[in-house]
Amino acid sequence: MIVVGSHNIISSLGFGSDANLKNVISGVTGIKQHLNHSLSDSPVQASIIDDSEINSACEKLNGLDGFSKLEKLVILSVNEIIKDIDVSSPQTGLLLSTTKGNIEYLSKNSSDEGARLDFMAQKIARYFGFVSTPHVISNACISGVAAFVVAKRLIDAGFYESIVIVGADVLSKFIVSGFQSFQSLSTEPCKPFDINRNGLSLGEAVASVVLHKVISAKPGDVEIVSGAIQNDANHISGPSRTGEGLYRAIKNTLLNQNKPDFICAHGTATLYNDDMESQAIERAGLSEVPVFGLKGNYGHTLGAAGVLETIISVQLLRKNLILGTKGLDKLGVVASIKVGKENRSTPLTGVLKLMSGFGGCNAAVYLKKYE
Amino acid sequence: MNSVAIVKEVIISNGIVLINNQEFFSDDSVEEDSFLKLLYKKLELKYSKFYKMDVLSKLGFLSVELLLNGERIKTESGETAIVFANRSSSLYTDIEYQKSIDEIPSPSVFVYTLPNIVIGEICIRHKFYGENMFFVQEKYDKKFLINYVSTLFRTTETKNAIVGWLEVDVDGNYNAEIMLCKKI
Amino acid sequence: MSELKEALKEQIIQQLNLEDFEPGDIKDNDLLFGNEGLALDSIDALEIIVLLEKEYGIKISDPKQGKEIMTSIQTLADFIESNK
Repeated sequence: MIVVGSHNIISSLGFGSDANLKNVISGVTGIKQHLNHSLSDSPVQASIIDDSEINSACEKLNGLDGFSKLEKLVILSVNEIIKDIDVSSPQTGLLLSTTKGNIEYLSKNSSDEGARLDFMAQKIARYFGFVSTPHVISNACISGVAAFVVAKRLIDAGFYESIVIVGADVLSKFIVSGFQSFQSLSTEPCKPFDINRNGLSLGEAVASVVLHKVISAKPGDVEIVSGAIQNDANHISGPSRTGEGLYRAIKNTLLNQNKPDFICAHGTATLYNDDMESQAIERAGLSEVPVFGLKGNYGHTLGAAGVLETIISVQLLRKNLILGTKGLDKLGVVASIKVGKENRSTPLTGVLKLMSGFGGCNAAVYLKKYE
Repeated sequence: MNSVAIVKEVIISNGIVLINNQEFFSDDSVEEDSFLKLLYKKLELKYSKFYKMDVLSKLGFLSVELLLNGERIKTESGETAIVFANRSSSLYTDIEYQKSIDEIPSPSVFVYTLPNIVIGEICIRHKFYGENMFFVQEKYDKKFLINYVSTLFRTTETKNAIVGWLEVDVDGNYNAEIMLCKKI
Repeated sequence: MSELKEALKEQIIQQLNLEDFEPGDIKDNDLLFGNEGLALDSIDALEIIVLLEKEYGIKISDPKQGKEIMTSIQTLADFIESNK
């Protein structure tokens, strides 16, 4: 079986998984209004990692000259989690989950080489001395959860003993202007599943985790039980009104499994995504299962989101705590689902993590805690 | 590994189309994007969304049309997976979008600045709900992709897989090398 | 007015990459977003908003407003006329 090992999160809510968990439990949001002309000529609501904090964290490490902001963050994060694994083994894999990587290089008229995702992955692999070839998972917003699903399959099949997953994206004019052109950005911090939600907020984060193969689980271990990646076959940007792909991803993930105790939704706070998700959850017979979302704390952190939000879910499983959804005042989605405003302690065993994205893709992963 | 049978291959590269290594069509008189439009016309397809696609999606769309022509593959189902890889992700379209930012950012270009959009286009065309994955890797690692497909055949409802390399480089040069795989 | 409508048809075909269509294929009152004819989608709607800004200097920030304006070439032309 495959279990979750060391993990790390770097975001506007802090450096390290514990700092991040503490802040989301307290209902803190990292989203605020920024007027930064390198991102947009108009103010944007976003959760952004402070440059000075990155620079001071980098002082502890050597040889980071010539690395981009995103690469520095990835190195800072991965450095925290690989102490117990052998990166020089071909049985140790590296999966980089990102949507746009170093896309900022395109605006600087430098060579296109720096913006290449394969190039970035190799740079990271070389820095730490990984022997196996790194793979980049670039499947829009589902990339992070998709990386868990792929890692599980590759370890199960015997291609790796352990895999490091790192999800990473930072904001750029490229990304911000694109979401603006889709008119999908909220004018205030986003309000997932709320009746008055009017769009998403963007965020930046890097999150990393080690997945290990073990013979038997110890108490407190969290297993990656199953997962699926399915398509809506409907539209390249708009989610399916019936939640077809996500419904299928949930159904295939929970085949032969108990109902999860809670669901960590995608919950971007766009009108269509949250409605679609409620449809898929209801169709899958999970209307009574508590649902929460983290976009109100972090915004949409793109390629990092699936990794970050799964790590938080694993920590909540261990703490037996379901979170209220930051930004939610009054629930307002088309189908019947249970999303709350308040945190609630209750015994927890299984969590279902969902993601959906451009290209009509949807991913689900189911994790279970051992007592 | 032995659960995967490769039943058909399609290559589109530099003005030539090969099906199972036999030349199907070639024309070296036109530029890249125009060659794909020429091929679309030759296939007598009626799918006006084709013209809205970026080069990577046009390339993937046409390759899969040729790959599935004459094959009996169940639609409206999750039986068919699509697993692609390339080196340059969506960089050719990323550069086009980056140019539009200084004027008015174009939503119809932005949407193609993700490599997996081509998978979405193919799923819409053929009503495939199945497994999706797009890997970015330095060079075509065919063995890795087939290994991944073998895990799908063993652990999911997947019975067919459209698998391979779908590359458009920063200059717009394209190369598709895709296979239809079946579970045995 | 008819000049404006002809120009709009050309611009829409160009901006939305509708290479299968000629301006003559689009009638003034045809539904732009129906199941037949141009059968435009939500991305096309966003792209028409770009077109209005680029060609006519008109900004639309409320997507709901866009829906009514973009019913047909006629409604689009009426909107442009009244916002010049």
